[in-house]
Amino acid sequence: MPDQVNIKVCMGTGGIAAGGTEVMDMFRTELDKTGIKAEVKERSNVDKVGCRGFCAKDVLVDVEVDGEVTTYECLNADMVPRIIEEHIIGGEPVTDWVTGEDYRKFNEKQIKVVLSDCGRIDPEEIDAYLDHEGYVAVKKVLTSMTPEETIESVKKSGLRGRGGGGFPTGLKWEFARKANSKQKYIICNADEGDPGAFMDRSIIEGNPHAMIEGMIIGAYGIGATKGYVYIRAEYPLAVERLRRALEHARERGFLGEKIFGTEISFDIKIKLGAGAFVCGEETALIASIEGERGLPRNKPPFPAQSGLHGKPTIINNVETLANLPYIFKNGPEWFASLGTEKSKGTKVFALTGKVNNTGLIEVPMGITLKEIIYDVGGGMEGGKEYKAVQTGGPSGGCITKDYMDLKVDYESLADIGSIMGSGGMVVLNEEDCMVNIAKFFLEFTQDESCGKCTPCRIGTKRLLEIINRITEGRGRKGDIELLLDLSEDIKDSSICGLGQTAPNPVLSTIKYFRDEYEAHINEKRCPAGVCANLLTFSVIEDNCKGCTLCVKVCPVSAITGEKKKPHLIDDELCIKCGACFDVCKFNAILKG
Amino acid sequence: MQEALNKIIEDYIENEGNIISVLQQIQEEFNYLPKDAIHYVSDRLSIPSSYFYGVATFYSQFYLKPRGKHIITTCCGTACHVKGSDKLYNQVREEFNLTGDEDTSGDGLCTAEKVACVGACSIAPVVIVDKKILGKVQKKELTKVIKEIKEEQDA
Amino acid sequence: MVLNLTIDNKEISASKDATVLEAARENGIYIPTLCDNPKLKPYGGCRLCLVEIKGLPRPVGACTTPIQEGMVVQTSTERIHKLRRTVVELLLSDHPNDCMVCVKAGDCLLQELAYLYDLQNNRFYGEKRQYTQKDGNPFLERDMEKCILCRQCVRVCEEIAGVSAIEIAYRGFKAKVCPSFEDDLNCEFCGQCVSVCPTGALSGKAWSRKGRTAKTNEVTTTCPFCGCGCSLKLRVSENEVVRVSSDPDTINEGWLCVKGRFAYEFINSPDRLDAPLIRKNGKLEKASWDETLDYIYDKMDSIKQEHGPDAIGGLLSARCTNEENYLFQKFMRAVVGTNNVDHCARL
Repeated sequence: MPDQVNIKVCMGTGGIAAGGTEVMDMFRTELDKTGIKAEVKERSNVDKVGCRGFCAKDVLVDVEVDGEVTTYECLNADMVPRIIEEHIIGGEPVTDWVTGEDYRKFNEKQIKVVLSDCGRIDPEEIDAYLDHEGYVAVKKVLTSMTPEETIESVKKSGLRGRGGGGFPTGLKWEFARKANSKQKYIICNADEGDPGAFMDRSIIEGNPHAMIEGMIIGAYGIGATKGYVYIRAEYPLAVERLRRALEHARERGFLGEKIFGTEISFDIKIKLGAGAFVCGEETALIASIEGERGLPRNKPPFPAQSGLHGKPTIINNVETLANLPYIFKNGPEWFASLGTEKSKGTKVFALTGKVNNTGLIEVPMGITLKEIIYDVGGGMEGGKEYKAVQTGGPSGGCITKDYMDLKVDYESLADIGSIMGSGGMVVLNEEDCMVNIAKFFLEFTQDESCGKCTPCRIGTKRLLEIINRITEGRGRKGDIELLLDLSEDIKDSSICGLGQTAPNPVLSTIKYFRDEYEAHINEKRCPAGVCANLLTFSVIEDNCKGCTLCVKVCPVSAITGEKKKPHLIDDELCIKCGACFDVCKFNAILKG
Repeated sequence: MQEALNKIIEDYIENEGNIISVLQQIQEEFNYLPKDAIHYVSDRLSIPSSYFYGVATFYSQFYLKPRGKHIITTCCGTACHVKGSDKLYNQVREEFNLTGDEDTSGDGLCTAEKVACVGACSIAPVVIVDKKILGKVQKKELTKVIKEIKEEQDA
Repeated sequence: MVLNLTIDNKEISASKDATVLEAARENGIYIPTLCDNPKLKPYGGCRLCLVEIKGLPRPVGACTTPIQEGMVVQTSTERIHKLRRTVVELLLSDHPNDCMVCVKAGDCLLQELAYLYDLQNNRFYGEKRQYTQKDGNPFLERDMEKCILCRQCVRVCEEIAGVSAIEIAYRGFKAKVCPSFEDDLNCEFCGQCVSVCPTGALSGKAWSRKGRTAKTNEVTTTCPFCGCGCSLKLRVSENEVVRVSSDPDTINEGWLCVKGRFAYEFINSPDRLDAPLIRKNGKLEKASWDETLDYIYDKMDSIKQEHGPDAIGGLLSARCTNEENYLFQKFMRAVVGTNNVDHCARL
């Protein structure tokens, strides 16, 4: 019988969706049922932990028996009894389900700073964070450093904003510090709205206290007494955990009056976003916190001089703030030793798309794309050919094969027309149409444009219409030039970051995949076989076995043919839904 | 209605609220933003109701029409259309006695919506009931689903 | 305090609170605008006033950027010119472009800019906003397909009228100016919004098919409705007042109320009295001014002789000017000899 059993179930949004709650309940009930329930129960401990990053293999569970940790992947509740019987009682881990090479490779090149405690501690218990040296850094800052020294340390660490722009955090704080005002604010921007990005959500779900601690440090640095976390209402779990964490921090005296016995007072309120992507932009976010329509305001003046209610305001992203406790715990020099010359530390990415290991990763700045995709990401899914990576979501661009050895940092990404962004990283393969990708992102930004300024309101609409006609086979000569020209004008004349970056996916895909645009326009052909209007489906007679599977799935009865004889697709009736292509087992459907 | 709204107004005054927080609370209370409620709050707080309307239509989270407890969305993409999605949509409407511009039943039990294409053509026609995707839906199946919704309500 | 800066290679100085746009205007440098109005807070939405400022990565709106000591501004580079042209081109791509039959033609900022930027052929086309719902209010014509979202009407309603009857609703391409819940406009109908609209989106219902600005003559006068004495500019076509406006540099700063702006139909009304009437044999009959004044003199004189001056009282109207009111009380006191004089505003 083991003396000490600890079970940690990944309960991020990904883990819960994969059945984490059921797995956890099963462990609890099954451990109870073992008959040795009293002993085991007392000594066993079933914890929920935040996201461990490897969402592709959820539910991930750590089983620790007498200090030996074994990690299982892809668990469901039905698999729990066998683990209890063979592993916990029998002492032999169930090797079939233990994480393998993928998991090792997934973690090997990652360096976890922000995520170091995510997946290790129970995010709903402040003591778990305290056991991992939580709130040590902020105590040190508040009791032994001046605000100026605090800012100096941040500057020395080289930390830059993780929300997109990459502005040096210390410098931003210094502006607010120098601004003369009795009332100042610090805002944590947790309005993560990029399609395909979930870094901030995972951090708050996995370790909300790190971000809170970072906010207190920031507040002390700039002299703010009030803080807000602006978070999406669409993240209920994160909101709940944050709310609980704030309560706990208040109870322990980390928030409120006279923190750590000093004269410092600071508290944090949660403001729920109401569903507008543009509110991720600092000035629009401020308008939204004030309860208004989330329209961006013209800069200058910058929020550090005149922000929320006209007072100096600092807005930092979740990941930026969550870095701070670790910087102060380990020293700015340590942080500066990670990364490249101008981009220090690590960056969290949401790795998605056509790679084997999708999930949340944290890698040192300066890592190459090749390492991210082939080592951390475990290579291309299904061995298909790499085409591009899209970074920075709707504000970013794509990175092609030619830049596989590119060191990922702020400058190098900007140099090739993409951006670091908040950390979305979508891997694309030969089956992705780049015109369609540009269309996808543009549809998003166009829908999210606030409508204040002309170039973004009407310009992105026209951009989208041009791209739409290209993907529908109505593109004309000169459309590419028109897209380029309008894109440049929108970038230069829009008020805020949304409009200024909305054309990036278009510019970037034209720059690297102009031939795809040309094929759509000149040959009315989609090389990747994605754009439905340009597709034709036909039967390759030699391959067709006449199994009639396609006949059955065709929603419009466009396929005819006798059993065991080659079939025929009526192009007039075909609606290009691709159902036949997907169902055919003999590669007998030609898409092109 | 007034009592609930007065509480929201009190909360606004006590907790330095704003238009968004008021709207969020109204919606929490009524599941949508009733015109009367907005006018009432606007009068009491001396905030022009045009501001409330501007904010309510800006953010995607707010609904100006009541939504049902259950949402039945019929896919009306080409594949579903030729497989008779119109009939399914009309079936939902009939079962819940929806007429004219109405999209939600009078008892607030169900909202009937259409969606352009959910990209599941091979299992057309597709109906989504409270985020659950049903494929190759037949009249009989839909009748059963609707019956369940109604029975659950009666229970 | 005054700051020094350079605009278009010209060294100028302006008050420290000035924006780049204000500084440029004060020094005779033209920057086109659509959403700017000197009497309203800057908005910065139309993007027509973009300028390049040395040291900033991209152009900024002149109307919202405060000047700084030593700032170097360029207002009319080739790049800026192109950006402005694109902005107007985009606006026209979502505009009815029916200038031939538009009430605002000849007096329209958008039309003027289209001409200045030589936008003969628009490179952009696509969906246009279409609004079928007509506003049923009695005074204001709201043709929102012509709206360019400059938000001047919303701002004037908020900042000047203090009413906020309208606001922009929805977002992005669907954004539109409307009253709460898109109901018919139900406000004070002061028409300030009409006066600031740079396009044909807002006009008076009574203006329709009555002679556009270019065809009218201006007659400057004072509003007869109350003692405020707002300055009016009557626009006259075919010897008929077809609309009323007011200039920004007047005592009322160009702002009017519903009466001053829209209640002018009485001028040409057939019901209007155009001669004095005297009741003879129980019936009102037209009379000449000489006859009437003699009649009044005789009556007043005989009452005064018979019953003393305090038997006479005088009431004047808020519709008269201060000068007229002053003269009247002087007349009552000095000529008639009574203090029985009052004014409708006191009732």
